[in-house]
Amino acid sequence: MARKLLLENINVPGIHTFDVYRQNGGYRSVEKAIKSMTPDAIVEEVKTSGLRGRGGAGFPTGMKWSFLAKPEGRERYLVCNADESEPGTFKDRYLMTHIPHLLIEGMIVSSFALGAKTSYIYVRGEMMPQIRILERAIAEAKNAGFLGKNILGSGYDLELYVQPGGGAYICGEETALIESLEGKRGNPRIKPPFPAISGVWACPTVVNNVETIAAVVPIINDGGDEYAKVGNGRSTGTKLISASGNLKKPGVYEIELGLPVEEFIYSDEYCGGIANGKRLKAVVAGGSSVPILPANLILNTINGQPRLMSYESLSDGGFQSGSMLGSGGFIAFDEDQCIVRNTWNFSRFYHHESCGQCSPCREGTGWMEKVLHRLEYGHGKMSDIDLLVDVSKKIEGNTICPLGDAAAWPVASAIRHFRDEFEWHVTNPKEAMERNYGLAKYADPLPKLEEVVSEN
Amino acid sequence: MLSVTEHKEIEFSSELLIKFDEIVTRYPQGKQKSALLPVLHLVQAEYGWISPEAMDKVAAYLQIKPIEVYEVATFYTMFFLRPQGKYVLEVCRTGPCCLVGAEKIMTHIENTLGVKEGEVTADGMFSWRGVECLAACGMAPVLQIGPEYTFYEHLTEESVDKLIETLKNKI
Ligand SMILES: Cc1cc2nc3c(=O)[nH]c(=O)nc-3n(C[C@H](O)[C@H](O)[C@H](O)COP(=O)(O)O)c2cc1C
Ligand code: SF4
Ligand code: FES
Repeated sequence: MARKLLLENINVPGIHTFDVYRQNGGYRSVEKAIKSMTPDAIVEEVKTSGLRGRGGAGFPTGMKWSFLAKPEGRERYLVCNADESEPGTFKDRYLMTHIPHLLIEGMIVSSFALGAKTSYIYVRGEMMPQIRILERAIAEAKNAGFLGKNILGSGYDLELYVQPGGGAYICGEETALIESLEGKRGNPRIKPPFPAISGVWACPTVVNNVETIAAVVPIINDGGDEYAKVGNGRSTGTKLISASGNLKKPGVYEIELGLPVEEFIYSDEYCGGIANGKRLKAVVAGGSSVPILPANLILNTINGQPRLMSYESLSDGGFQSGSMLGSGGFIAFDEDQCIVRNTWNFSRFYHHESCGQCSPCREGTGWMEKVLHRLEYGHGKMSDIDLLVDVSKKIEGNTICPLGDAAAWPVASAIRHFRDEFEWHVTNPKEAMERNYGLAKYADPLPKLEEVVSEN
Repeated sequence: MLSVTEHKEIEFSSELLIKFDEIVTRYPQGKQKSALLPVLHLVQAEYGWISPEAMDKVAAYLQIKPIEVYEVATFYTMFFLRPQGKYVLEVCRTGPCCLVGAEKIMTHIENTLGVKEGEVTADGMFSWRGVECLAACGMAPVLQIGPEYTFYEHLTEESVDKLIETLKNKI
C-alpha cells in the first residue's frame, strides 16, 4: 500500500468530529508549532519539504511564504482557496467533507507561521454543505482552545472565517478571489503588485489551495525532511488525484508522486481500468486547462519512458507531446468519446467563465466556442481547424490572468493530437452526427511509438 | 439583465438582520462590503431570488452604492435575477459529466418537467438549468438544489423521476 499523509484516517468512523480527529493524533502539529517552533522555523520546514502548491500552478509553498511582506503595524492575511471549480477536480470537496479538521489544523499552523491574526477559507458558493461542515469544525476547534484568543496559552490569537463565493470559476484565480472576498466582481488584478505585497484590503496576503494547507500538517508533525523522502525528485510528497470520466472506479485517490500513470489507471488499488471493458482513447491529466494527450502519450513519454504522475514527467515533452499535473484532475476518455465535442464543451466553459476584462480572452473564447460548435454540428470548413489554432495562439500569453491560456491549451492540444478527427468532422459531416470517430491510432494498448512518430 | 417584474417594497426580517450583523463582524472595521456575497446568499435563500428592491435594501444596509450590489449580483451565476421554481434543478453540463451521460439527463429533465432551460413549470414548483462543473465529477452525472445545495449523484433517468416525485409530494 502506498504512503498516505493526508487521507490515512479518512475511513475512521466519526473522523469529521473534533473528538475522534483529536484521538487519532489530530492537532498535534498545532501544539508542536505553537509551543516549540518560531514562525520562521515553520517556513523553513515547509521549504525543506519541497511542497509545491496543489491548486494548479505548483509554485513552491515555502518560497511563496517567505515572500510575504511584513511591514510594521499592518495586518497580514492567509486566505485558503477552496473555490475548486476546474473541471475534473473534486479533491478539495472530498477533503473538506470527510476530514474538515485537517484543513482547520493546517490553517492554524500556517496562519501562525505567516503572522496572520485573521484568516479566511473562501469556499465556492455551491458547496453550502461543506461551508456548514467547516463552520461546525471551526466552532469545535475554538471550543477546545485551538482557535480564538490566546491559543494553548501562547498569547497567539487567531480568528478563522468561512467565506462563500457566488459561482464563478474565475474566483479560483488568486487575485480574483481576493476581489471577491472584498465583495466585488471576480475580476483578476494586474500583477504586480503580487498579493504577498498587496492582497486583501491592500494588506500582504498569501493564498493557498486546500490541499497545500492540509499538507502542512504532516510536514510539521514529521519534519520537512521526512516529507521530502516521499515522492519523486522535485515532486515531493503525496497528491490527491480526482479521477473521473470512463474509469471503473472514479474517485479521489491519494498517490505518492511518481506513481506510473499506467498503474494509476489500470491497477485495482486505483482506478481499476476503463469502465465497461472499453479501451482508453485519451486523458486530460491535470484538470480541463491542461493539454489533452492520446492514450499512447499519456502512458509513455515520446522517448518511450513510462509516464509518471509527477510535475516533471507529466510535462515531459513540453506542449509537443506532454501535458501538466495541474490540479490533479484526471479525466479519462474511452473509445466512444468524441474529442471535437469535448473540446467544444470545454470552450463553452471558458467562454462562460471569462470575466470579460481582456479582449483576447473575452472575444477569443467566444469565437472558439462558435467555430467548434459548427465543426461538431457538421457545418465546419477545413480552414476552421487552422482558424482555431490561430485564435488560440492570439489568446495565449496576451491576457491579464492565465484563464486565457487555460482556454487556449485544450483547443490547441486537441488539434495537435487529434487533427484527423477534426478533419473527419469536416469531410464526413453527416456521419459525424451519427457516430464517433472511434479509437483511430490513439488507443491503448500502445502502438509502437515509432509508428506514431513516423505517421505524423 | 435586471428584470423589474413588480415593484414590491420589502423589509428584511429581524432574524435575517441578526444574521447580517454577525457576518459583518468577520471583517475589519469599514470593510463591511465583504459581507455582500454571504448577505446575497441569505436574501436568495429567503425570497428565492434577488429583486432589484432587495439589492437596494442590501446596499443601504451595507452602506454602499446600489450599483456596487447590482454589479456583483449580475456577475455571479448563483444569484437569480428573476423568480424561479420552488425547486431549481441545476445539472452539471461540463465535460467529465458529459462523458457519462449528463446530456441525456438534461434532456430527460426537460421532457419530464415540460419546460425549457430557465423556465418555470406552470405550478411554480420547478425550474432547471445546466451549470458548469460542480466539483463532483467522480460521482457524475450530478445535480444540486438550493438553497441548501443538496447534492444528487450518479443520476439515472429513474433516479431523476424519483427525485421529482419526492419533491412534488413534499409540503
Ligand atoms: C482561472 C484560474 C482558476 C483557478 N482555480 C483555482 C481553484 O479553484 N483552486 C485553487 O486552489 N487554485 C486555483 N487557481 C490557482 C490560484 O490562482 C493560485 O495559484 C493558487 O490558489 C495558489 O495556491 P497553491 O500555491 O497552494 O496552489 C486558479 C487559477 C486560475 C488562473
Ligand atoms: S484572461 Fe480572461 S478571465 Fe483572465 S482577466 Fe482576462 S478576460 Fe478575465
Ligand atoms: S464535470 Fe460535472 S461535476 Fe465536474
